[in-house]
Amino acid sequence: MNTLAFYVHIPYCVRRCGYCDFNTYTPGELSITNDFSVTSRSYIDLLLREIEYAREISTATVVPSIFFGGGTPTLMESKDLGRVIASIGSHFELAEDAEITTEANPDTVTKEKLHDLRAAGFNRISFGMQSAVPHVLAALDRTHNPENVLKATTWAREVGFDEVSVDLIYGTAGESISDWETTLDTALSLPITHISAYALIVESGTKLGAQVKRGEVVMPDDDQTADKYLMADEKFTAAGFDWYELSNWSKQGSECRHNIAYWNGDNWWGAGAGAHSHIDGRRFWNVKHPAAYTQKVIESGNPMQEQEILTADEARSEEIMLQIRLATGIPLSSLSPNEQRSLPSFLADGYLLGPAWEGGSVILSQTGRLIADRIVREILL
Amino acid sequence: MPAIPLAKAPQPSFTSPAQLRNFCIIAHIDHGKSTLADRMLGITEVVDPRNMRAQYLDRMDIERERGITIKSQAVRLPWRSGLDNQEYILNMIDTPGHVDFTYEVSRSLAACEGAVLLVDCAQGIEAQTLANLYLAMENNLTIIPVLNKIDLPAAQPEKFAEELAKLIGCQPEDCLRVSGKTGAGVTELLDQIVLQIPSPIGDANAPTRALIFDSVYDTYRGVVTYVRVIDGHLSTRDQIQMFSTGVRHEMLEVGVISPEPVVSKGLGVGEVGYVITGVKDVRQSRVGDTITTYNNPAKVALAGYKDPRPMVFSGLFPIDGADFPLLREALDKLQLNDAALVYEPESSAALGFGFRCGFLGLLHMEIVRERLERESNLTLISTAPNVVYSVTTGDGQLLTVTNPSEYPEGKIEKVEEPIVRATVLAPAEFIGTIMELCQERRGTLLGMDYLSEDRVEIRYTLPLAEIVFDFFDQLKSRTRGYASLDYEPIGEAEGDLVKVDILLQGEKVDAFSAIVHKDKAYTYGTMMTGKLRELIPRQQFEIPIQAAIGGRIIARESIRAIRKDVLAKCYGGDISRKRKLLEKQKEGKKRMKMVGRVEVPQEAFVAALTTDADIDKAKAKAKERE
Repeated sequence: MNTLAFYVHIPYCVRRCGYCDFNTYTPGELSITNDFSVTSRSYIDLLLREIEYAREISTATVVPSIFFGGGTPTLMESKDLGRVIASIGSHFELAEDAEITTEANPDTVTKEKLHDLRAAGFNRISFGMQSAVPHVLAALDRTHNPENVLKATTWAREVGFDEVSVDLIYGTAGESISDWETTLDTALSLPITHISAYALIVESGTKLGAQVKRGEVVMPDDDQTADKYLMADEKFTAAGFDWYELSNWSKQGSECRHNIAYWNGDNWWGAGAGAHSHIDGRRFWNVKHPAAYTQKVIESGNPMQEQEILTADEARSEEIMLQIRLATGIPLSSLSPNEQRSLPSFLADGYLLGPAWEGGSVILSQTGRLIADRIVREILL
Repeated sequence: MPAIPLAKAPQPSFTSPAQLRNFCIIAHIDHGKSTLADRMLGITEVVDPRNMRAQYLDRMDIERERGITIKSQAVRLPWRSGLDNQEYILNMIDTPGHVDFTYEVSRSLAACEGAVLLVDCAQGIEAQTLANLYLAMENNLTIIPVLNKIDLPAAQPEKFAEELAKLIGCQPEDCLRVSGKTGAGVTELLDQIVLQIPSPIGDANAPTRALIFDSVYDTYRGVVTYVRVIDGHLSTRDQIQMFSTGVRHEMLEVGVISPEPVVSKGLGVGEVGYVITGVKDVRQSRVGDTITTYNNPAKVALAGYKDPRPMVFSGLFPIDGADFPLLREALDKLQLNDAALVYEPESSAALGFGFRCGFLGLLHMEIVRERLERESNLTLISTAPNVVYSVTTGDGQLLTVTNPSEYPEGKIEKVEEPIVRATVLAPAEFIGTIMELCQERRGTLLGMDYLSEDRVEIRYTLPLAEIVFDFFDQLKSRTRGYASLDYEPIGEAEGDLVKVDILLQGEKVDAFSAIVHKDKAYTYGTMMTGKLRELIPRQQFEIPIQAAIGGRIIARESIRAIRKDVLAKCYGGDISRKRKLLEKQKEGKKRMKMVGRVEVPQEAFVAALTTDADIDKAKAKAKERE
């Protein structure tokens, strides 16, 4: 079946968090002074133009999933977000069981907003919880009251979201093991079906990056971060959340199908400022700034900045790099003898699952997941 | 004006010995020899003021940058003495200023009748200068003591005049005072050279004997040999013969340096100049050898010829293994100009293919390495330098070991190592510090003398190996740079020596093996294992690092397995970026050397074999790569 998943990028946030290097802008940065609903309406109009352009380019028929990320998608009016879903549904065939997700900030949603989102067509919601510990949230520049998360997830279930996820971040400066344990226990007490947990990456060009470089912030060492991963994996598994990707755990059947499409190398269209697309070995991405995006879409409907056509080697690198992150792993038979060369020693050191290996699959063990990038390098060298 | 236009000056081959004065300048690095030489070139007007540049006679970039002379030169300076208004020819023979080149210095001195002892009157005499002064005195040279830099505010001419007077047995007021920088006193110095230094004596009718005091390879001309004629005459018509090799050469050109080469008809008794014979390799025209004529050969060579003997050995390896042929070419080229450099191919399990090289000393080693890197655009790793050991095995076999990897396994009867006599000059306040350092380094005190009230000369015998291993750095840092060092080999002595191996995950890393004194083995082992623990990045398994003597482990460290090497997020927009990072990391991995299963970064080798400062650099680089 010829499918095309959609990612929709909303490049706006009320304020920027110190660790974040995503393509997002605050109203202040964009000198937006009027009511934000005007910005919402006009940006959505542009997205609709880009979806029309996607229709022209793509041969796909069915859309199995849509994911709204940001930025802060919920800054847009729910009915505007609904216009995007409807547009995709009219230009393509939205699968009957299509997974339609939005990211949401637990601080700014109301029960009414959640109701509107559900009514606009969303059936999955992912809250940026990050931590349950105030000083950790403060270090991340997040200001929400941890109790808001319980409220938001409960409301989400009440208004009819069957799939509710939270995002967690570990390895923040000053976060102790017991802080992390508190976060994990709090998350597991929520009415959720899915958890993503990410080790904080210090990106250059962010406020945090600069602070670390200047020595003002000292990041916890990797060994402690590794311990936190192991603790998370133990607790999630015990609570019935199984890992299906390195940083993602879910109740059975609640995996995020949209994200799995990335790791499987499926085709997807990224609409919006700075969004990335992948179609049949071609990767392309849009201009990043909302102003440039606006101009390009108005001119031609095509906001692409650049593209790359993957060579066979590059495609192979990506395939291994992505598949190894999944609990389904890589079939041993798909690896050349040279690619397999380093694997027996990783198996011997406990980084690969023994029974899976016997069954002909390369699947990372708990400790193996923590050194996945190293294993990829060894396979590919 | 006391300068004489070149064309009107006495010409080579027709200058009587009575008009000649051959002298050299003995000075420490920084004491202003090159500046004084520049001033002499200016005052005698052999260099047009428009063409004048600083350190005119230092030809190589390295010489200019480091302010040291590696090779000597001889410049012919016409001069009309202000004392008797007569015309003279002064041959200024520049001498290398470093302990590694003592033999070359001694040959330069043998070509002179006098020496200008040049001392910075803000610093006083240094150990190497003293050593060269003693050499000059042994050669019966007339010494003219000169205090330089009298224009400096920190100058203490009275104090150092006392010191010089005491050393050479003259009166303090006999010391001339000059400033190479301003030119003050330089004219008087030239006049005093004429007055005090004897003219050369030789037999013009005897068979020709000329001393080679330097030999330089020139890309266009082949080897240019610098000579001082002792007896007889050299002319372009002659066929010449080298005493040491017996090989005959055509004479293509004879000339003098003034300070650019000027072709002449020949060179007479006492004259200094150059000859070109078409020889392509300085080893065929060796410093210290005697040139005679083929048709009327002299029977006895001039005294003092020695083959250069390498004292320090080190392995040189290209960082990029593909550069090995380039390194060979570069060494071949360098050897054309450096008779003291010896090398042979060596292969190291850790570092790949390279060369085991022998050097006169540490400076010589540094210069060779720098020239190879600079002139052939190579990046090299050099292994820790070591000396030559004579090892007698249990079954009575005698082995010469120039590389720790040649050190025999099994029972060893005895090991002998080279011993030097070292002289340290320093302010008296550092006596304790210096003695402590020398004791730590297995030194034996020979004696101590006060040069002046607050400066001493301390003499020790020390194993050369101890000097090769950062002695000079230690001496400088412990005396805040005030001490100077000179040494000369005096033979071999038995030492209680062992070979320490370094093992990574049980695999011996040949590049890190060292021959050390038994009492230092533990220190070396812990130092090296500690350094490597810092330098080798964590890998997916634990890496034991051990130091061992034979089968006995004397120190151990371990690098814990890496626990986390993964980026947590990988969604649509991350994929391209992550793949590119992966490709970069793959490139980085290619630069790793494998020791068994262990990946060792190049920088770790370099840093482990050098100093602490380099370790910091390597760490920074490793971090960048992460």
